[in-house]
Amino acid sequence: MKKKIKIALAGNPNSGKTTVFNNLTGARQHVGNWPGVTVEKKEGSFFYEGREFDIIDLPGIYSLTSHSLDEKVARDFLLEEKPDVVVVIIDASNLERNLYLAVQLLELEVNLVLSLNMIDLVKKKGMKIDMEELSRVMNIPVIETIANKGKGMDELKAAIKSSCNQEKAVTFKIDYNNDIEKEVEKLSQVLKEKKILENYSRRWLVLKLLEQDENILEKVKKLEDKDEVTNKITETITKLEKHFGYDLETAIVQRRYAFLRGLVKECCTHVVGIKERKEITDKIDQIVTNKFLGIPIFLGLMWASFQLVFTLGSPLADLIDAFFGWVGEIISLGLTALSAPGWISSLLVDGIIGGVGSVLVFLPNILLLFLIISVLEGSGYMARAAFIMDRVMHAMGLHGKSFIPMMLGFGCNIPGIMAARTLESEKDRILTILVNPLMSCAARLPIYTLFAGVFFARHQGLVVFSLYFMGIVLAIVVARIFKSIFFKQEIAPLIMELPPYRLPQVKSVLIHMWEKGSLFLKKAGTIIFAGVIIIWVLASLPPGVEYAAKESLIGKLGSLIAPLFSLAGFGTWQAAVSLLFGIVAKEIVVGTLGTLYGVEGIGLKSVILQQFTPLSAYAFMAMSLIYVPCIAAIATIKKETNWKWTALAVGYSLILGWIVAVLIYQIGSLFI
Amino acid sequence: MKPLSCVLSGEKVEIVEIRGGRGLVTKLLNMGFYPGVKIAVVSNNGYGPLIVAKKEIRLGLGFGMAQKIFVKE
Repeated sequence: MKKKIKIALAGNPNSGKTTVFNNLTGARQHVGNWPGVTVEKKEGSFFYEGREFDIIDLPGIYSLTSHSLDEKVARDFLLEEKPDVVVVIIDASNLERNLYLAVQLLELEVNLVLSLNMIDLVKKKGMKIDMEELSRVMNIPVIETIANKGKGMDELKAAIKSSCNQEKAVTFKIDYNNDIEKEVEKLSQVLKEKKILENYSRRWLVLKLLEQDENILEKVKKLEDKDEVTNKITETITKLEKHFGYDLETAIVQRRYAFLRGLVKECCTHVVGIKERKEITDKIDQIVTNKFLGIPIFLGLMWASFQLVFTLGSPLADLIDAFFGWVGEIISLGLTALSAPGWISSLLVDGIIGGVGSVLVFLPNILLLFLIISVLEGSGYMARAAFIMDRVMHAMGLHGKSFIPMMLGFGCNIPGIMAARTLESEKDRILTILVNPLMSCAARLPIYTLFAGVFFARHQGLVVFSLYFMGIVLAIVVARIFKSIFFKQEIAPLIMELPPYRLPQVKSVLIHMWEKGSLFLKKAGTIIFAGVIIIWVLASLPPGVEYAAKESLIGKLGSLIAPLFSLAGFGTWQAAVSLLFGIVAKEIVVGTLGTLYGVEGIGLKSVILQQFTPLSAYAFMAMSLIYVPCIAAIATIKKETNWKWTALAVGYSLILGWIVAVLIYQIGSLFI
Repeated sequence: MKPLSCVLSGEKVEIVEIRGGRGLVTKLLNMGFYPGVKIAVVSNNGYGPLIVAKKEIRLGLGFGMAQKIFVKE
């Protein structure tokens, strides 16, 4: 058996790596038009001419020095896992900076294939790139691709295959000028004699040491016989900096870029004038990032989104609701006609249809929500939202980039928590993670939609919007408090690339919506289904008890915790168990109420109308928003931080949720 | 020489020096913003982040960062 070939996809953020990955493997990994969509390496494979290729999609990087967790994932893979071939995905409209990464990989002596992506945009702008010249100078295969249209993939596969058969031959070398080259040569000799870190290309290693790359310096410092080498390095740096009159790292970067500027000049010809696309982007930016208009436009967009989710989603949700009602009746009638035992009918109608059905009803709203998020991500506005909010975020102790995880949290907190990896400072990252569960995720949408629909039918959009807004305000307050307790130092300043605006790709938007929708359906069929069955069983035991009565097991369990919530106006045992089981997955809050209240004939909505007042309903929604992240989110927080922070995230949210719910109910009671 | 934060929207300047924490300086250098590079300020509100342009690249920079980048006309 032939060995599987390991291929890595590397490149600048937002150059289209994941789109190429999806094309090569048939996967459907999420793509978007902002830097930092991919924060974790993703594996896939494809067959080409009888051989299997393992392919790893990496987070975007600008160089082999990492500044944040996502960059570290990419860098570590490239340095330590030694892929057979690295495909560098190049945004062809920005050759110089994209090639900067490629030349560093060449210095590392890996087998490279260049994929000149988005080549159509370059041609549209009237620019021509001389591929042969580029390939000749860099001595590597160069392939034109248009990944979002699937073009150039076969050629890319062929180039990968022939590249991995090749012996590595170092024929590419940037000339850093005599002064630096002489010292590189000397240091290389020292490293060679001492046999230091021999698993990396020596020239690359020396350059990285001269650039004072922390990670590599760290490695050298761990060696036993390090003093001579570290002294030599410091000596060389001091000597060269004295010679230049400024920082050596800057000098190295300048010369690398100078080489690339020359190369790009040689390979590119402008057939027509440039700048059409950018001008549009700058014009839009002048409006959406305007100091007076920026935030109002952002809030307006959010408002319009919620209106869309509800005005368009709710009639569809009602249709599904009616459908389940009808199915429930038919089953119930059918089973009576067959004189089946009562418990079967109860399980099917109360448990499964009442429970799972009441959650499934909200599929249209959830699809619309993800449609909107996906459009925002695809357009390039996401990065602008972070940009606009930078100042506000800063004032609250958060980083501008923290806003992207918060926005993603509106879909689901798990990708939101993961997205915090793009933050350069560890403290900023942890703080961003801690407040992320306060962003109302899609799973909480059914709770709001149900209660707001019953109690605030005429202002449904407004009421739900107020909850999302409450989440943001609380996140800001909590961040401010935690900042002053745990993370007193300064926030790292914002450095973030703003991608050009693009029309979102219809295909990728629909795929994303469908992926999220099917995830929701899968959840309904597994975890929510299981939760509902457990609740139904607990509501039917001990034998002989009236279904969902206070004397049932679940009634007793709920009665134990219910008094805790009486101050908040929802001290019923049903509300208490729904919150308890909701920790498993927030949709189960509605699922539980559906199972317990959906007693034949009456319907969930009318029971809720009797059991809650508008005020207690609002307090209940606030509680559902704030209290304890779901199990999957808790697990993600643990994975991305440690037990201490996870315990804090669970603890503060529970206490905060209770306080807010009680305050809403008690203060509201004074006025109503 | 003046800090980038003082440059008005629409002006073109050349980077002379980048001060500040080592990590962030390295990041900017590698992103192609190093001394000698000519950039244009696309938008500067006088507070909050700026947008600067280098050819095709548009970079959002926090005001604090812009105060540490020194430029000349």
